[in-house]
Amino acid sequence: MLGLTRKDFMLLLVVVALTLLAPIILNPFPVSSSLGQSFNAGYPALLQRFAIFGILVIGFNILFGLTGYLSFGHAAFLGVGSYAAVWMFKLLSYNIVPAILLSVIVAGLFSIVIGYVSLRRSGIYFSILTLAFAQMSYALAYSVLTPLTNGETGLQVYSSDPQILAGAGAPSAPHFFGLPMASSTTWNIGGWAFTFEVGYYLCALMLIAAFYLSIRIFRSPFGMMLRAIKSNQTRMNYTGLNTKPYMLWAFIISGMYAGLAGGLLAAMDPLTGAERMYWTASGEIVVMAILGGVGTLIGPILGSGVIKYLENIVSKINENVLHQWFAALPDPIENGMIWLVHPFVGEGWHLTLGLLFMVVVIFLPGGLVQGGQRLGAMFNRKSGDVTAADRDAARQKTAE
Amino acid sequence: MDAIVLQILNGLDKGSAYALIALGLTLIFGTLGVVNFAHGALFMIGAFCAVTMQRLLSLSHTVIDPSQTDFLGNPLQTKVPYLASVFGTESAQSLINWSVPLSIILVIPVMLFVGWAMERGLIKHFYKRPHADQILVTFGLAIVLQEIIRAVYGANPIQSPAPPMFSGSVDLGSYLGFQANAIVYPIWRLVYFGFSAVIIAAVFAFLQFTTFGMVVRAGMADRETVGMLGIDIDKRFTLMFGLAAAVAGLAGAMYAPIVSPNYHMGMDFLVLSFVVVVVGGMGSLPGAVFAGFLLGILQGFASMNEVKAILPGIDQIVIYLVAIIILLTRPRGLMGRAGVMED
Repeated sequence: MLGLTRKDFMLLLVVVALTLLAPIILNPFPVSSSLGQSFNAGYPALLQRFAIFGILVIGFNILFGLTGYLSFGHAAFLGVGSYAAVWMFKLLSYNIVPAILLSVIVAGLFSIVIGYVSLRRSGIYFSILTLAFAQMSYALAYSVLTPLTNGETGLQVYSSDPQILAGAGAPSAPHFFGLPMASSTTWNIGGWAFTFEVGYYLCALMLIAAFYLSIRIFRSPFGMMLRAIKSNQTRMNYTGLNTKPYMLWAFIISGMYAGLAGGLLAAMDPLTGAERMYWTASGEIVVMAILGGVGTLIGPILGSGVIKYLENIVSKINENVLHQWFAALPDPIENGMIWLVHPFVGEGWHLTLGLLFMVVVIFLPGGLVQGGQRLGAMFNRKSGDVTAADRDAARQKTAE
Repeated sequence: MDAIVLQILNGLDKGSAYALIALGLTLIFGTLGVVNFAHGALFMIGAFCAVTMQRLLSLSHTVIDPSQTDFLGNPLQTKVPYLASVFGTESAQSLINWSVPLSIILVIPVMLFVGWAMERGLIKHFYKRPHADQILVTFGLAIVLQEIIRAVYGANPIQSPAPPMFSGSVDLGSYLGFQANAIVYPIWRLVYFGFSAVIIAAVFAFLQFTTFGMVVRAGMADRETVGMLGIDIDKRFTLMFGLAAAVAGLAGAMYAPIVSPNYHMGMDFLVLSFVVVVVGGMGSLPGAVFAGFLLGILQGFASMNEVKAILPGIDQIVIYLVAIIILLTRPRGLMGRAGVMED
């Protein structure tokens, strides 16, 4: 269906169901309970980030997962997309359609330039070239390009901006042909409250479209070509094939995904700054992709979701919350536990992230997807010690 | 003219730091073939060794001084460093003032150990994995090290002054025959430059003139043959990793008076050091040192007002620009050898 095999179609259906029902699924606890305050993630601001970063990492995965080229400067496209969108808000109106279109186009053009130059090298040199370009964009956005980017203040819409297409009664916040992004309905059922927001559903639809497109790319001859380049580029060259255009297209597509994510970020909150392009932001994208599982379809969504969820939950935990958790223990043990856990929560979230990331790289190079496969194989093991996941890994290794 | 000399000098201290970090990166890459994204973190740990030394030396106990009273009439409590009871007040104070140079004796064993532990505990398991995996795991390690330092020392930069003898500035211009006060330069930066020159010379001498260094160089050229000759090259390479870590740590400790140590200084230097390594040529030690100073000085020039008037913003991007041009025109870098990481 929709040009997909049965298995892929089921996967798409799962993703569609998960994204559309996310405001319900991610609110498992009543609002006022302490569990709800700690672990509920079903509020619009966070849901939007799930979807937007999902799009971003899906795009990154098309480049890194399929071709093996590790870009350490992907955040630059996100930043460029955001700037383009905010400029559209300033010049035309708060309607998000032209803004998002322009952010995708600008990020695409930007990635043509960077990709054309960076793709002349491969391996670590490619990583460093992309890193250098992203850092240059960041530095320029902070200094010389201040008229375009508003420097440290960040680019935002002022009441003195022209907004030539904005009518008299147009909403003064991003909207979709008059439907404001921030408008929402809330269902109160018992102690639960489920908020459905226009902005989130826009992002969710974009995520589904992005995911569908990525399945099509993965299964297309083009995707096959990219995988061939990953496993042995030299051999591809010897067979008389020019791999450059394929690589460049993969780079551009992945840049446009990042531009779309940037545009959506601006559409949710019409303010953007250069720090979105800093190289640690690029590093975060890499971390998300690796954690979920590089080169798999569902991995990017999983990785970005898990990291954004943990970030939100873990960094909210402070000493008082810990005292509540361990209150049942005798005092010395309680204090000991708090002393042990405290460095990893709240401000220490990045420490947890770093450790988690290292553990995944060391023990689960295939990310959470591989972990899930191993678990699955453990439960329905049929014969011998060779699990299906390991067989898959071995097959992949011989293919490379 | 004097402006140009001043910019060259300004480039020297940054260039020295770049050169030292890039030297360590290249040592690790040349011996073990590992791209170490945690090298900036080693630089930062070195800087925090200086902070630790300062704190160790000023460890104090409280003494009640009955002869003086505070404004409430209670006997005054003063903090007296333990050192003072051993060496007397004045020499204790001068020891504390000299804590940054003294931290060298702390840095070397600490960094050798950190480097050894890193190689044996983590990186050893990544030799057979792709370069991308090495980058990723060391990147993760860098985050972890950085966050541990932040958990222990806090997020704010910590002042760690140079000894009072070196803390002022010197009017270099009058020595060199320029107008008085045209070139005023902080003394500590000159010290830093001299220090890094000594370290670089020592590393090269160690590799060039000792048997150990000769074996290491042979191992860099052809690891397998050296192994077949019955030499345990892995052990020596592990030690080289420790040495590279120590070089980065020393660079960081002595840099502490120039930039107050903060937990993200390693990441800031790391990106630039990688660019330096690539410009110098992967695996080339002289290339790393040369490119470090070259880029430091270029950055100094680009910050001149005259240059900025022609090319606004050039000071921010000159290093990256140079790196891109070099990578595209001379893919091996300035002094890269053929066959080392060609792709």
